[in-house]
Amino acid sequence: MSKAQPLGGTIFTPFFMAMMVLFAISVYFLGVRFTEGMGAVANINGGYPWGIWVVYDVVIGTALACGGYALAITIYLFNKGQYHPLMRAALLASLLGYALGGIGAFIDMGRYWQFYNLLLPWHMNFNAVMLEVGLCVATYILVLVIEFAPAFLERIGATGLLKALNKVLFLFIALGILLPTMHQSSLGSFLVAMGYKVAPLWQTVYFQPVLALLTALCMGFSIVIFEASMSKVAFKLDDETHLLSKLGKIIVGILSVYLVIRFAEILMHGKFGYIFAGDKNSLLFIMETVLFIIPIVILSSQEKRNNPKVLIWAAVSMLFAGSLYRFNAFLLTYDPGPGYSYFPSVSEIMVTVGIVAFEIMAYIVLVKTLPVLHKPKHA
Amino acid sequence: MDRRSFLKGASVGAAAACVSTVAEARPNLEPAPEALGMLYDSTLCIGCKACVAACKEANNMDPVISGDDLQYDSAKDLSGDTLNVIKIYKDGTAEVKDHEENGFAFEKRSCMHCVDPGCVSVCPVTAMRRDPLTGIVTHHTDACIGCRTCMGGCPYNVPQFEYDEAFGRIHKCQMCNQAGLERISKGGMTACAEVCPTGATLFGPRTMLLEEAKRRTNLKGGDTYHYPRGDISKPESFHEKDLDANYVNHVWGETEAGGTNVLHISGVSFDKLGMPPLGDRSYASQSETLQHTIYKGMALPAVALAGLTYFVKRNKDKDGEE
Repeated sequence: MSKAQPLGGTIFTPFFMAMMVLFAISVYFLGVRFTEGMGAVANINGGYPWGIWVVYDVVIGTALACGGYALAITIYLFNKGQYHPLMRAALLASLLGYALGGIGAFIDMGRYWQFYNLLLPWHMNFNAVMLEVGLCVATYILVLVIEFAPAFLERIGATGLLKALNKVLFLFIALGILLPTMHQSSLGSFLVAMGYKVAPLWQTVYFQPVLALLTALCMGFSIVIFEASMSKVAFKLDDETHLLSKLGKIIVGILSVYLVIRFAEILMHGKFGYIFAGDKNSLLFIMETVLFIIPIVILSSQEKRNNPKVLIWAAVSMLFAGSLYRFNAFLLTYDPGPGYSYFPSVSEIMVTVGIVAFEIMAYIVLVKTLPVLHKPKHA
Repeated sequence: MDRRSFLKGASVGAAAACVSTVAEARPNLEPAPEALGMLYDSTLCIGCKACVAACKEANNMDPVISGDDLQYDSAKDLSGDTLNVIKIYKDGTAEVKDHEENGFAFEKRSCMHCVDPGCVSVCPVTAMRRDPLTGIVTHHTDACIGCRTCMGGCPYNVPQFEYDEAFGRIHKCQMCNQAGLERISKGGMTACAEVCPTGATLFGPRTMLLEEAKRRTNLKGGDTYHYPRGDISKPESFHEKDLDANYVNHVWGETEAGGTNVLHISGVSFDKLGMPPLGDRSYASQSETLQHTIYKGMALPAVALAGLTYFVKRNKDKDGEE
C-alpha cells in the first residue's frame, strides 16, 4: 500500500489569497458582533433565535463533516480495509468541519464567557437535547484531533509516541463512531421541542433522530466522494473511482431506508396533502425530495456509478438534499407565529463564508505540509 | 460473537427500547401543589398599559420609544427590554369591543408560566427553573450560556435575548419573584395585577383563578358580574359590570400543552389573539420521553461502545497497520 505524503508546493496561490480576503471580512464582522451585540450583525430575532450561524455552521456543517464517521464505520465495523487511503483526508475534513461547528456555536452563543457551565455537573440538565449535543460535539472534536494525530506525529518523526498512540487508537476510533451516532441523531431531536413552529412535513416526534442520522451518514459518504474527486483534480492525484463508486452503492441503501421512513411517517399521520398544497412548503418539500431521489437513480446504475463525472453529481445532489432538509426544517418552513420573519443579513452570511474560507485554507495548508493524501506512484 | 450477531443483538435491543417507550412515556407535569398564576380577562382590559409601565418600574427596565410618541412606552412586542405588553386585535371598522367582525380586542403577552415549561426542559444548564411549590418559572442569568434554545422551545416566544448588547441576557417575566424583587415571597402580588384598574389582570392561586375563569365564561350577555381587583384570594375592591358580549367558552391555559399558570379568557377566539395552535400534550414531555428512551442510564450507548470497541480492535489487529 502506498503511503500518505505531504503534497508540498506553494501555499499562497491566488485561490488561497482570495480565501484570506473572505476570512478577513468575516473577522471584521465578528469584531462588530463581539463589541456591539449579535443584532448588529445578524438578523436573528425574538421569533427566530437561530439563524444560519446555528443551522448552517452547526447543524449542516457537522453533517457535512461526517466523512470520517462514515468511513470509520466502513473500515472498522465492516472491515473494508481497502478504504484506508481515503481515511486521513476524510478525518481532516471532519476535524475541520466540526471545528467550524464548534466555532460557529461559540460565535452564536449569547453568553459565551459562561460556556463552561455546560461542563459543571450541578448545572447540567439531562432532559435537554442541547446538553447532549454540546458535550458530545465537544468530545468528538477532541477524538478527531487524536484520530488525526498520527499524521502530525509521522511528520515530526515522533515514532515512539506514534507507536504508543497506535496501541490505544482503537478506543478512540470506537468513540469516533459512537459520538456522531449520538449527536447527529440528537440534532434532529432538537426539532421535537419546537413543536408547531416546525412545519408538519418536517415535524415528527419519534422519527426525528433516525431521519437526521440516516441523512447525516449519506452526507458523510457523499462528502468523501466529493472531496476525493476535488482533490484528484486540484492536486493531480490518482483516480479512486473504483473505491468511491462502492460508497455510492452504500448511499443508495441508506437513502432508500430514509425515504421509506420519511414517506411512511407522512402517510401514517395523514400529512400527504401538504405535499401538494401548492404553497411554499410543498415546493420546498418537492425540491428536497427530488434532490434525494437524484442520487438514488444515478447510483443504482453500475455504469453511471463508475463514471467519475456522474458520480460526483450524485454526491453533490445528496449534499444539497441533506442541507436543504435541514434548512427547511429549522429555517425555511419554521414559523414561530405572526410578526416574525428571518432572512440572513449580508454581514451574517459573510461571517459564515469567512469561517468556511478558513476551513478551506486550513485544509490546503495541512495536506501540503502533513502526510494526508496519497501521491501518484509514478510522479 | 461475530459482527452479524452483534448487529442483530443491537437492533433487537434498540427495538426493545422503542417498545418500552410506550409504557414509560413521560406524561405532562401536574400543576405545582401551590401553583400561583394570573387570570387575564380580555373583556375587562381597556388597553391603558398601566401594567406595562408598572412592570418596567418593578423590574427596573427602560421604556421602549418608537417614533415621536414620548408619552407612552410604545413597545410593540416582547423583547430584551419588555416583559409584558398589551397587543390589539382589529378587524374591519374596529367599532365594537370584543367582537371578531368589525371589532377589536386587547391581549396581554407575557410569560404564561407553563405547568410543564418547554424552556425549563430544553435549557442545557438549568438556567430556567420551575419553583416546585408555586410553579413560577424563573431565569438565572449566572447559569445561562445564551444558546437561546429556550426561545425556540417556548410555544409563546416569551424568553427574549438582548441582541443589542455585547454581553446580552435572556429576559422573561418571573412573576415579580426573582431574587432581589421577591414580591410574591414577601406576600405581595405581581406589579401588573396590582395596578390594573379593572381587574383584567388578576393575581392568585391557579385553582381559584381557574374557578373564577369558568364562572365568567358561563355568563351570558346582559348578566351583571361582580369583578374583583388585585389578588383573588384577598381582593381589595370590586366593581360591577354588565356583560356586553359573550365570553368564548374556553379558558386558555387549562389544558394547552399541559396547561399554564397564567390563564386567559376573552370575547374573541384565541387564534385571533395570536395564541399558538397547541394540543394537550406538552412538547417538553414528548422531547424528554424521546431523549430518555435513547439515553436511559446511558445503557444503549455503553453497550454500543463495548461492541464497537470489540469490532474496531479486531478489525484493526487484522489489518495490522494504520
